[in-house]
Amino acid sequence: MTTFLDTLFNGLALGAVYALVALGFVIIFKASGVMNFAHGSLLLLGGYLTAVLHDDLGFAAALAVSVLVTAAVAGAMDRFLLQAGGGADPHTAHVQTIVTIGVDIVILTDLSRRIGGDLLALGDPWGDDVSALGPVTVADSRIAAIVVSALVIAGVFALFRYTSWGLSLRAAAEDVEAASLMGVRLVRVRMLAWCLAGALAALAAVFLAAFPAPGLERTTGQIALKAFPAAILGGMASPPGALAGSLLIGLTEALVAGYQSELHVLGEGFGDVAPYAVMVLVLLVRPTGLFGGKAAVRV
Amino acid sequence: MFERPSHARALRLGRTLAAVAVLCALPFYLDAFWLRIGLFSMAAAVGAVGLGLLSGTAGQLSLGHAFFLAVGAYGYVWLAGEPGPGLPTPVAAVLAVLLAGAAGGLFSPVAGRVRGVYLGVATLALVFLGHHVLLTADSVTGGFNGRSVPPLELGGFSFSADSELTLLGVPFGAEERLWYLGLALFAVTWYTARGLLRGRPGRALVALRDSETAAAVMGVHVARYRASAFVVSSMYAGLAGVLLALAFRRLVPDYFGLVLSIDYLAMIVIGGLGSVAGATAGAVFVTALPLLMTRYADQLPLVAAPGTGDGTVGPTEAARYLYGAAIVLILLFAPDGLHGLARRLRARLRTRLRRTRAAPPPAGASAPPPSPASAVRAKEPTL
Repeated sequence: MTTFLDTLFNGLALGAVYALVALGFVIIFKASGVMNFAHGSLLLLGGYLTAVLHDDLGFAAALAVSVLVTAAVAGAMDRFLLQAGGGADPHTAHVQTIVTIGVDIVILTDLSRRIGGDLLALGDPWGDDVSALGPVTVADSRIAAIVVSALVIAGVFALFRYTSWGLSLRAAAEDVEAASLMGVRLVRVRMLAWCLAGALAALAAVFLAAFPAPGLERTTGQIALKAFPAAILGGMASPPGALAGSLLIGLTEALVAGYQSELHVLGEGFGDVAPYAVMVLVLLVRPTGLFGGKAAVRV
Repeated sequence: MFERPSHARALRLGRTLAAVAVLCALPFYLDAFWLRIGLFSMAAAVGAVGLGLLSGTAGQLSLGHAFFLAVGAYGYVWLAGEPGPGLPTPVAAVLAVLLAGAAGGLFSPVAGRVRGVYLGVATLALVFLGHHVLLTADSVTGGFNGRSVPPLELGGFSFSADSELTLLGVPFGAEERLWYLGLALFAVTWYTARGLLRGRPGRALVALRDSETAAAVMGVHVARYRASAFVVSSMYAGLAGVLLALAFRRLVPDYFGLVLSIDYLAMIVIGGLGSVAGATAGAVFVTALPLLMTRYADQLPLVAAPGTGDGTVGPTEAARYLYGAAIVLILLFAPDGLHGLARRLRARLRTRLRRTRAAPPPAGASAPPPSPASAVRAKEPTL
């Protein structure tokens, strides 16, 4: 029973972090119709900046700087590379998706070169402390991951619901032309969406590199790719769906890893690829994800 | 070219024959390093043509190409090797290609229904699941350390350096022999892919890409064509995988990761989506660039020789910077890739030539306007 609770808690923490990343995917997709393949390297950039700066600035300031810089990079990438090539036309969204792959190659190459084979500590305040929660012992960093993610996600949902930017974003996602005619500044709304997604990725990097993970490595960005299945499961254009998908993926991964000895037929380390298996199974039954509506086609 | 089709055809035939003759003569003049570059480029070109068919022509974004390459490569090794059935190598090669096609067919329930970016991510899953299988299925794949590749033997002739062979004073090692195999397979790919693209299937796929509804109304069976595009593309990937396996002589799972899939996507984007020649050019660019940079690292500015410590820009990194930037720049400024650039350049040259050839009128008269035909050609959108 303790193992089960332990695993469940791990899954929740993992899901909470995936949710930060997946929410970024969804915000970008809603705002621009682009699947951002550079998200992994944005995450790595955020983590790397925190790791490099925390000695001089302290953890909190370093995190703030890295969140701001990553947001700025994401915004600049959208404004100057993607929007330069065609704006909001849905047909160009595919082309822009491939542009993000090019950007990803460049950023990732540079960061891997800088990080090399090192494990970078991020200097987070939780270290390797643990607390007893009833019968189970859990790492403080995991509790922090859940609490911070919940707060931030609630904040993002409030942004969607109550700010004029959120309204503009939802309007633009619904109907670009109508929104534009109503005075929504598409360029700015879209760029801010990218900034927000970049900031979320930088924040997620902290929890992905914190204890019990050994630290930030050059492959940390690949973990962000597991948020793809999470976002897809939720239906890509639905923020609550992304949340549900992330928890599902996090729990699946933790359960498969936790009960690996019972599942040895699937091979060692199946937990790492379990999210993808779940995604393929779901897509077989529902090609647009669990929460994605069937798009009506007008000819 | 318009006005005298028979002349144009003769010209094109002559050009093709000349290209084939040059390619066949190369092993007599180049050393093994250049032949290896050529060999890897040809293998990559076969795979890239397959991906171009799927992503460029049919408009289905696939990040799973590495998986199908792996199926072809490991399929050949397992079928021809020990442990494994130990079949005759040519049979194993053909079966490996069919196996890759079957893998594509098995994925078609997903591929036929899932659209656009969803499909891109679904194929991403193939790469990760495939990599996991390669690592865990020890008895078939050799696990983390991989397996060595049995050389192909065709009617007693071995494509390896096992037996001595000297032709016209040039010793024929594995590279020289595999060069001709690669050339033959590439020719088959080129011919069949162009046939597919120009015939009914190609037109149906382009119609599907542009509007699924319109294509369905015109009588294109949507699900079947989407699925068969996947199968055919996987078979080309399988063929490329076999060729790669023969060229590498040892297979390791880590080669067939996401990076490889992205490399192939880069090839078709850089070359120009939807054209066989473009995919080939892109394949040569992406394959040859890191190898050339490694070889000439000491002569290039800003690039350090491999293994000179952390923080310096090594040749592999420099190559990746370059082609990452190439993807972005090409998509922003020349969306039809190298193929489109070449086409536009040719059209402009032709206009210029005609202008000078049409006897220059006496001073004062303005230059004759470019002939309407060439002006139209210059603007003609690429497929």
